[in-house]
Formats: sequence, structure tokens, C-alpha cells
Amino acid sequence: MNTATAARVPFEPWKDPQAKPYIRIVNVTKTFGDFVAVDNLSIDIYQREFFSLLGPSGCGKTTLLRMLAGFERPTSGRIELDGVDMSTVPPYERPVNMMFQSYALFPHMTVEENIAFGLRQDRVPKDERNARVEEMLGLVQLSKFAKRKPHQLSGGQRQRVALARSLVKKPKMLLLDEPLGALDKKLREQTQFELMNIQEQVGITFVIVTHDQEEAMTVSSRIAVMNHGRIAQVATPTEIYEFPNSRYVAEFIGDVNVFEGRLSEAAADHVRIAPVGGGGEIYVDRGTSAAQGATVWAAIRPEKIDVALTPPTDPSVNCIEGTVWDIGYLGNLTIYHVRLADGRKMTAAVANRTRLREQPITWDDTVYLTWAPDSAVVLVS
Amino acid sequence: MTKGLTKINLVALTFGFAFLYIPILILVFFSFNESRLVNVWGGFSLKWYGELFRNDDLLGAAWVSLILAAATSTLSVVLGTVAGFVMARFTSFRGRTLFSGMIYAPLVMPEVITGLSLLLLFVSIDWGRGLGTMIIAHTSFCMSYVAVVVQSRLVSFDRSIEEAAQDLGATPFKTFFVITLPVIAPALVSGWLLSFTLSLDNVVITSFTSGPGWDTLPVKIFSAVKLGVKPEINALSTIMILIVAVGVVVASLIQKRAMVERQRAERLAAAANE
Repeated sequence: MNTATAARVPFEPWKDPQAKPYIRIVNVTKTFGDFVAVDNLSIDIYQREFFSLLGPSGCGKTTLLRMLAGFERPTSGRIELDGVDMSTVPPYERPVNMMFQSYALFPHMTVEENIAFGLRQDRVPKDERNARVEEMLGLVQLSKFAKRKPHQLSGGQRQRVALARSLVKKPKMLLLDEPLGALDKKLREQTQFELMNIQEQVGITFVIVTHDQEEAMTVSSRIAVMNHGRIAQVATPTEIYEFPNSRYVAEFIGDVNVFEGRLSEAAADHVRIAPVGGGGEIYVDRGTSAAQGATVWAAIRPEKIDVALTPPTDPSVNCIEGTVWDIGYLGNLTIYHVRLADGRKMTAAVANRTRLREQPITWDDTVYLTWAPDSAVVLVS
Repeated sequence: MTKGLTKINLVALTFGFAFLYIPILILVFFSFNESRLVNVWGGFSLKWYGELFRNDDLLGAAWVSLILAAATSTLSVVLGTVAGFVMARFTSFRGRTLFSGMIYAPLVMPEVITGLSLLLLFVSIDWGRGLGTMIIAHTSFCMSYVAVVVQSRLVSFDRSIEEAAQDLGATPFKTFFVITLPVIAPALVSGWLLSFTLSLDNVVITSFTSGPGWDTLPVKIFSAVKLGVKPEINALSTIMILIVAVGVVVASLIQKRAMVERQRAERLAAAANE
């Protein structure tokens, strides 16, 4: 599209103070007996967002999704959708649809009948019903399979039927519970992009639950990282990855090297951290909220670290010396596990831009790990 | 492992089958006997089959048996499904253990006790014995079998399809009839068939609860045999064996065809996946 560049306004309603949240989760708590599944949680989600709830199993993300669908009632708190309090509305009266992890297709109905089921419940006239079913079949490219039963379909096809069935009623919000969990890796990656395209086409707000951080990073406008029923951080994929607000988030999303240290210098525009295990100070060109002398953690992503056989010429650069402990060659990347003088290990990932290195790094080599002042993140919790 | 039969296997197999089937074969063999004496061969004849179809007494009893079995199994499926549903779905309520014990009890209760207690009940409330009392008596043990079958089917039932139906706008009540029942229908059918066969050949409970003029076929055979085995009874038994055999063969053929169909569909799906 030629006009795309001109009309390219970033989609960031959460930054706009005028924007009204479409879905408001307000102080929601859900307990099962003594177990607190969701703990006083609040999130605002905006219209047309692709919002991910990400966390390990048991973090309460599925419970939260089921409360949005209406299968569970909050113990306390409110859930508002488009300004209406949904807390006591049963699932069959909510303008919300869900795509289940197991797809939950009706085994005794054909693909067509599965998709038409929701429209039948609303007594949509036959002609309109057929037209909308056909439109959905086209959207998920399953027109040829309309008369098949679910057990006559492959996993990927079933997944698309489930998606079509949950979209056909044009819900105000679509909930997806681990939608791609049952697919193999290659199909999953392909389907992620399909899902994003479909979401853009239909313009429905998607809320997805996943434990797969790559999936969340790929599809989401924003991610809520959850831990023990609480929100650890809500932000865009980039912010979550580059500026995690805690060790939990940093370690949950991707690989990271974390150094515990004391804040030896805390200025407004830079900090220095003296690592607990000794070694050179780490310089970061951003300020932090912690006071001088406080215990903090410096987090550095492996791909932001450079590995060299010679020390850097500029002594002000962040540098740690170590010996190569292990090498993992992944084709596009090579992962170096480097053992530092005090026994700690650090991971560096180097992109293999050229086919063969002039001077290959091998086991037990002494190497110098360097990174730029803006690469590390200071974490206070 | 060898595929063929060794001598020992062959001998074991022969004895095993002989033990199971010689009595039945003898019965079938003598049903074609010309002679009136049951155990003396007097030449081939179909005359006892002819006798049988002129015996209004036996035909009437067979008719009672069929009506009773059909009514019992239908009632058992309704009540047993409700009970099985509660057992599978409501895993914690006050008195659940007692309730499940009471569901299973009729399966192990000696029939004489069940029959006697029902007889005492009907006598004490002065309910004239007949088809109604027999249906109640048969249902009281058949529904337990249905409950067990339905419960075990519901345990492996993916409840998310019910949630999906509700999510798409069906009330819980409608979901039960449009989604749950059709999916567990095979369990209901097999529960119905099980009740039917159990009711059809029950003697003990039937004789306690039947009234005059309402003898069922097994009861009739049982009392007839007390006066000596008539070749007619052999003929009747042969027909019953035939019906059961045909039923079993048809059922297994249907099952096999469904399996072949399913495998074909799976291959198709796998091919489409490439």
C-alpha cells in the first residue's frame, strides 16, 4: 500500500490520556478456598489491542481469562466491558467469545454447523447465517472443509475452525487460551502471523493467555507479565525486553546475565555498580530510583555482549575477563558460556555474520566480554 | 512369539471351547430332534419349532418379556443418566459417599433380597402386582448399570465443549440437550441395551414381583423345566441364541465399519496436513 507510510500513526492508546479503556479490570481478586489465584489485580485494555497475559503455569492468567469469559466470578472487584459491569453476567449473555486451548469443537457437528452454532443461539435468520459462516470459512481458508467433522481435520485446521467459530458472532472481545499450544513449532510460528492479520482485518480486541514468551512478543500490542496472581509489568514487547522492571521479568523473558552489586555512584544520568563478586565496576548511562549504596542488580542480555580475544583499547568500556567454558553453535548465533575469575558464569550470544571467523574462539581461551554503557539495565527488585 | 498354534495351545484351546460350548451345541442339536424324549435322537425334524409357534402361552410370555424389557430399559436410561450425571459432575456434596454407595448397592445385592423386599413393599402398600410392579423392580437394579456406564463416559468428557456452547450463547439447560446428550448418546444406547438384556433374562426378581397372568419368558421356561424338559424349550432356546448371536455380530460389524471409517478420515486429515 502506498499510503501506508503517510498514515503510519503508532497504535499506542495507552499513552493517550484522552483514550477510554475498553476493558477495565478493577481490583479483581479470585480465591479458591485458601488459594489466591488472582490478587487485587487491575488492568486497562484498549479497543483493538492484542493483549497478552504471560506467565508460568499457576500464575493466575487462565483464571483471569475465565473471569473475563464469565466462567468464574471474581471474589471481589469489577470487570467492565465498554462501560458495562460484567461481573455478574453469565457467559451466555456476554458479548465476549473464547477460543479454547483444546479447541472444544462439537464432535457431532460438521465444521459448518460448529461455526453456525453461535448464530443459531442468537436466532440469526438463515440467509444471513449462511453468509456469515461462509465469510468466516473464507477468512480461515477452510471453505473446502465445510462438510467435514472435526475428527476428519488436522490439528491446524481444527485450530482455524475454533477461531472462526469464536469470531463469527463479532464479539466485543475475543479471549484466546493458549491458542497455538497444540501445534508444532513451524506451524505455530506461521499461525502467529495469520492470527495477527486476522485480528487486524476483523478489528476485534484480542486477549490471549500464553506461557510462550516468544509467542507473546510476536503477536502482542502489550504484554502483562504475571506472577502469583499479580501483575509484574505491563508494557509493549520492546519495553518488557529492553527495560524489565524486576529480575523476575528480566529472567522470564529471554536469557539474561544478572549481577548483584552495590550502587557505588548514583547520578541523575548515569550509575556505577560494584559487583558483589568483585571485578570492574559496571557503568550504565541511565539514572535509577535507588539511593547510593543500595543493593541493585545489573541485567545484560547475552546478545548485547561482545566476545574478543584481546582486551578493549578504551579502558572506560565495561569489560570482564573470563575463560571460555562451553560453546553452543546454533547456526545463526554462537552462544559462549564464559567462566569469570570468581567462578560465576556469563552467557554471550554472538551473531555469525561471516561464515568463518578469522581467529576462532575455542574452549579455555581467555576472552574479554564487553558491552556498551546503554546495554545494561539496573533493577532494584 | 510364534504365530501358529503349537500342540499344547491347540489342546488347551479345544478343551476351553469344548467346556464353554458343548452344552449349548447339545441344546441346539436336540432342538431338531424328532423324538419327544430330550436325550434320545430320533431323526431330524423341525416339528418343535412349529409346536412353539402354536403355543400361545409361550408367545404371550415372550411378548410380556419384550414389553417389560423395553419399558425398563427406557426408564433406567432416564434415571440412570441423572444419577450418573450427579456422580460425575458433583464431586463434593454432603452425603456423596453414601449416595454413590447406594447407587452401586443393587449391583451386588443378592437378587433374592431385592425381590423379597420389593414384594414386601408392594404388599404393604397394597399395590396389585403386575406389569407396573415388574417395571419398577427391574428398573431398580438396571438403572444402577446405566448410572455406572454414564458416569464413566462423563468422566472422560471434555467439559470445555459445554463451556464453548455456553460461551456461544446457549443456556446451561440447552447445552445439556444440544451438546452433552448427543455426545454421550453411545453410552446411553449401550446402557439401554445392557438394561434390556438384564431385564429380559431376569428370573428371581421377576418371580417375586410378577402377578398372575404376567409371567415372563424366563419364568415360564423355568417353571416348565421343573416338570421336565420339553423339546419345545430347546427350540425356543435355539431361537434366543440365534437372536443374540445375530445381535452380537451386527454390533461388531457396525463397530468395525466405524473404525475403518475413522482411520480413513484420519489418513485424509493427515494428508491434508502435508
